[in-house]
Formats: sequence, C-alpha cells, structure tokens
Amino acid sequence: MKKRTHYELLKAGAGYYTALAGLGIIIAMALAATWYMEHYGHIVTGMTNEIVWGMPHVFAVFLIVAASGVLNVASIGTVFGKAPYKPLGRLSAVMAAAVLAGGLMILVLDLGRPDRLIVAMTEYNFRSIFAWNIYLYNGFFAVVLLYLYTQMSQDWRVRRFYRPAGTLAFVWRLILTTGTGSIFGWLVARQAYDLAIFAPLFIALSLSFGLAFFILMMVALMRGDDRELGTGLVNRMGRLLGVLVAAAAYFTFVWALTDLYAAEHRDVVKYLFASGNIYSWLYWVGFIGLGTIVPMLLVFSNGARSSVKPVVTAALLVIVGGLSLMYFIIIGGQSYPLVLFPGKEVKSTFVDGQIASYAPSMPEILLGLGGVAVAIAITLVATKVLEILPRSLADAEVDPHTAAHEEEGGAGMKQAA
Amino acid sequence: MTDMRTSDERDDVQATTGAQAEHAGNGAGNDAARELDVARRAFLRNTAAAGVVALGGGLTLYTISGEVLAKKAEEPLDPKKRWGMLIDTTKCREGCDKCVQACKKENGWDAEPGSRTDVQWIRKVEVRDPKTGFLASLPVMCQHCANPPCVDVCPTGASMQRADGIVRVDMHICIGCRYCMMACPYKARSFVHEDIPEEKKRFHAPMGKGVVTSCDFCAHRIDVGQIPACAEACPEGAMLFGDLNDPDSALARRLKEIPSYQIRADLGTDNGIRYTRLP
Repeated sequence: MKKRTHYELLKAGAGYYTALAGLGIIIAMALAATWYMEHYGHIVTGMTNEIVWGMPHVFAVFLIVAASGVLNVASIGTVFGKAPYKPLGRLSAVMAAAVLAGGLMILVLDLGRPDRLIVAMTEYNFRSIFAWNIYLYNGFFAVVLLYLYTQMSQDWRVRRFYRPAGTLAFVWRLILTTGTGSIFGWLVARQAYDLAIFAPLFIALSLSFGLAFFILMMVALMRGDDRELGTGLVNRMGRLLGVLVAAAAYFTFVWALTDLYAAEHRDVVKYLFASGNIYSWLYWVGFIGLGTIVPMLLVFSNGARSSVKPVVTAALLVIVGGLSLMYFIIIGGQSYPLVLFPGKEVKSTFVDGQIASYAPSMPEILLGLGGVAVAIAITLVATKVLEILPRSLADAEVDPHTAAHEEEGGAGMKQAA
Repeated sequence: MTDMRTSDERDDVQATTGAQAEHAGNGAGNDAARELDVARRAFLRNTAAAGVVALGGGLTLYTISGEVLAKKAEEPLDPKKRWGMLIDTTKCREGCDKCVQACKKENGWDAEPGSRTDVQWIRKVEVRDPKTGFLASLPVMCQHCANPPCVDVCPTGASMQRADGIVRVDMHICIGCRYCMMACPYKARSFVHEDIPEEKKRFHAPMGKGVVTSCDFCAHRIDVGQIPACAEACPEGAMLFGDLNDPDSALARRLKEIPSYQIRADLGTDNGIRYTRLP
C-alpha cells in the first residue's frame, strides 16, 4: 500500500539557534574577509598572475558541482521511481538551491569587481561558457523552485506536473554540470585541462559530492529534531555513494591515462599525479585513499547494516576527498606553467616556465567557508519555514517492502538511536 | 523673451555697442579697424596653413617610418586592416629590454623582476633548446590573435577584438573574473592586484584595481598614425609593425620574403605577432 509522507516544520530548539548563530558568525567573517580583499585588492590573497583562481574557487566549484548532485536525490525518486527516495524530494530541492547559492556567493565575492555584478547580468558574450553558466545557474533556481512547487502544492492541477518538472530539473542539472566541467575542459591553453572528459568527470563528482553532503544534512536534521531515521535507508544511500565515488575515480584514471598516452602531455601528468608534490598527495591520499577507497570499505561493510555511523563517516570523507580533488584540479592544474615553447627551457621576468607556488590566505579560506555556511544556513531556515522534512524516515515508513523483508530475514531493522 | 544675462554682461554688451557707434561716426577710425581685421584674418589664415603643412609633413614622416595612417576621431575602425608585427629574433639581443622599458613608460605600469602579482604587458623571454644549446631572446606580449581564446571566454565581452584586429580589455565592463587569464595561451594578461599610484595612471591605458589588463598594441598611438612604443624604441629595428592585410605594406612584403613563425601555431589562434626564428 502506498504510504503518504507527512512533513513537519523543524521544532527549533536551543541547538538549532546555536547552529544558526555559529553559521552567522562564519558568514560575517566571510563578509569581513571579502571587504578586506576588495579594499586592498587581491594582493592580500595568495592568488597571483599564475594562480589566478585560488581557494575561493576550490570551495565555489565544489559547492556548485555538489548542488546539482544534491538534487539527484529528488531525481532518483521522481525520474527513476525509487520509492524510498521520494520523501526526500522536497529537502533535496531546497538544499540544492541553497548549496548553489553558497557556491555562487563565493564566486561573486571573489570577483575583482563584485560591484559590477549588474554588468555580468546585462552584458553577455554568448561565445563564453561562463556566460552560458550564468543562464544555467539562474535557470537552475527557477527549475528547482518549479519542481518544489509541484511537490508541495495541494492542488492536483499543479501536482500532476510533478514528474515532468522533476525530469526537467534532472536534465537541467546534467547540462549545468556539463557547463561547469567545460569551464576547465575547454581551456586549450592549459596542459592540465583541455579535455572533454571534464564534463562527465564533473557529473560523476557531482553525484558523489551531492549525495555525501545530502546524507550529512539529512542525518543532522533528523537526529537534531529527534525524528526517526531508518538505518536501512541510510545504508541504501551509502551503498549508492560507494558506487558513485568509484565512478568519479574511474574518470580521473581515464583522464590521467589519456594524457599519459600523448607525449606532449606526459610531463604534466607526471607532475600532477606522480611527482610527490602536494598535488600528488592530495590526489592519492586525499581523493583516492580517504575520499574513495575508505568510504567504499565503510559503506559496504557489515557495520553499515546496523548503524548509520559508517555511512556518515564515509560521507564526511567523500567531502574531504572532494575538496582535495578540487584543489588538485584547480590549483595543481594552474601551477603547471604554460607551454609557449614546447620542449624548450624558458626564463623571464614574468616567471615563465616555472612551477607556480600558492599558499591560500586566511581571507580566501574564510570566504570559502562562508559559502558552505550560507548553504547550510539557508537549508536550516527553510526547514523551519517550509514543510520539507518528513516527520519520520523510519524504514517501515519509507520502504516497507525492504523493511519487512529484512525483518523476516532476521537482519533486524534497527532504528537509529 | 526674458534676458537671462547678468547686469554686468548686459553692461559689457552696451559698452561694445557704444564703441562701434563711435567708429561709425569716425571714418579714419573705421578704416583702421578694418585694416586690423584684415591683418588678423591673414595671420590666422597663415598660421593655420603653416600648421597644416607642419602636421601634414609630420604625418607623412610617420607614414613613411611605420606605414601607419592616422584615422580621424569620428572615423570608424577599418575592418580591412589587421595590425601585426614581425619580430626579427636574429636582431633581438639578450639583455636588451628597451621595448619593455618603453612600454612601461608609455602605458604606466611597472613590475619588479620575478613578481607574480605586478602588471606586465610585455616581457623578454630567454628560450634555450636543451638538446642543442641554441639560445634566443625575444619579447612576448599579447599576440593579438585572429581567434583569441580570451575573447571567446569572457562572460561580459570586456575582453574584445577591435575591427582592425587589436585585442584589448574594456576595463569598464571587466568584472575581474580572470577567466581570460586562464584561457590565454601566451601569459599575456595580468590582473591588477592593488591600487595604481595616481602618477602612473595614463588616460589612454586605463587600468584599475580588480580588473584584467594587457598590451593593446598602443591603440592610442596607432589611431593617430604612430607605431607602438615598443617598436619605436627598439634600437635594432627588430620590430616591424604594419598592416598584415595590405600586400603593399613593408610588413606584408617582408613576410612574403622570409619564413616567419607564430608562438604555439598548433593552437590555431593565428597570432598577429610573428617571429623570424623560434628556437
């Protein structure tokens, strides 16, 4: 029998307001950091004429990529018809918009002239993938809001568009992440980028980052508000996360192998993946070790069947690995010098031919963390004012069939304590 | 109609009218005034003629030296033109940076050697072939590509290409996203990381904190018939500037005679700057 999901506003206690206050402080610090950077110029950051995109972009691209992945939780329910994910659709849509807002805030505040945002909204160069992305981001908000409306409306005439709206949102997010990946993939000048595989790589990354971020938020909200959360549901999402991190790692392997095969790119592959520098460590230890292998071991372990802890730990590690990979791609990729004269040694007053060094400054890190805080804060506020969080996510509620089956099998359905 | 002039202005007009009335009443005075007018007109006419001759001569000289014709301020850019340069690397000497110094002076930027944050429009690059030991020294600036990646990626169109092929940044709509710096294969662009001192600012080369800047081929000089400051300053005459599209220009004729190369020609950007020999 089809069960109806009941949604309730968050019962905001002291913990809720403490969390909001904490996020508010981080956001205030990020704004102060922005003022500092804009007042003195980017000279006070670690960014240079070589590393033109720094720590803010690591956070921003991570969040923008994750945003479309967060929406995937809703898509799994709507487009792919997986019943256990359906009650999560509302939270998924709201959080996706919140995470995108956090990412975009960082990008905008890092601009050399953030006061000219209106120019970016009125002057378009349609050959630019960046300009396309401005449309894709704004469109994402519109499509997600429409999707949320079809989910939450009491009017059947609106609700019947639930599936088409969900499908539109799913297609939109695929195009959006293709656009984000292509920001790097279409850079012919840079040895480390210039590969079409960045688009599918970013889609795979978005699925894993987004799901990990969503799991953490969902567990925190449900636990924080004393609502039931089924271990079976979390375990199910965890196993999906395990598959997705493997897919993302697969694309990075293909990237490395493709570049290794072409003699002109061999040096940059060796530099990034196998030279023992910070970037190699971030890739192998951060992304592959902590962000892929350990999460896979955790989510497929027996422990994940009876407790949410392994999956939560895995989700945290996926985020650590994700940020490591973003740093690897964005900073590592830029640190390799432009090749003006292939096979030749060069030197100049403009540090041609040298590996660029980069040390992130505190204002940059604060701005990045501010974006994360904005994403979480918007989600927290939304759960307080919109009925988007299910009253219960007990396995018997969201997936009665599996829950009953598991009980029969003696595995036992333990509710998260 | 209401007279909007102040009382002092009205008094002045009345005084002038009074003086004219006096002249009208006095024939000798009137003739003297007429002579004065004639002399004044002749002076103005002669001065103007001399000016035209002097300026015209000057322009002719510029035309001969750089084959650059001035365009009038209201005249649109000629899309048939494509400005370019041939840099003779056999003449360019290691250690000489007169072109760099001239550019700094002309366009008001300065850079500490090795600085990673200072603005640099042009730099000397020493290129060495590690297998043969062959060494060359050459200036590298914006290559003024026919297919500039920086223009393609700019979200606002601030990174733009003029009708005559010059690639430059419109600093008034640059939002400082630095995507053009990511896209440029030649490291030709700099971000203005901090305030520029007032004394260094140039009206013709506007740049400000928070925007991207790069060589604009001295567009302000080209538009009045001069050649870029770097080319003018080169003591060896190694930088030949001109119109790539004009088969009669010295540049086009020279390019027809000798082999020339573009940096990273494999990228298909079709640079406006060519070199006689690349290592």
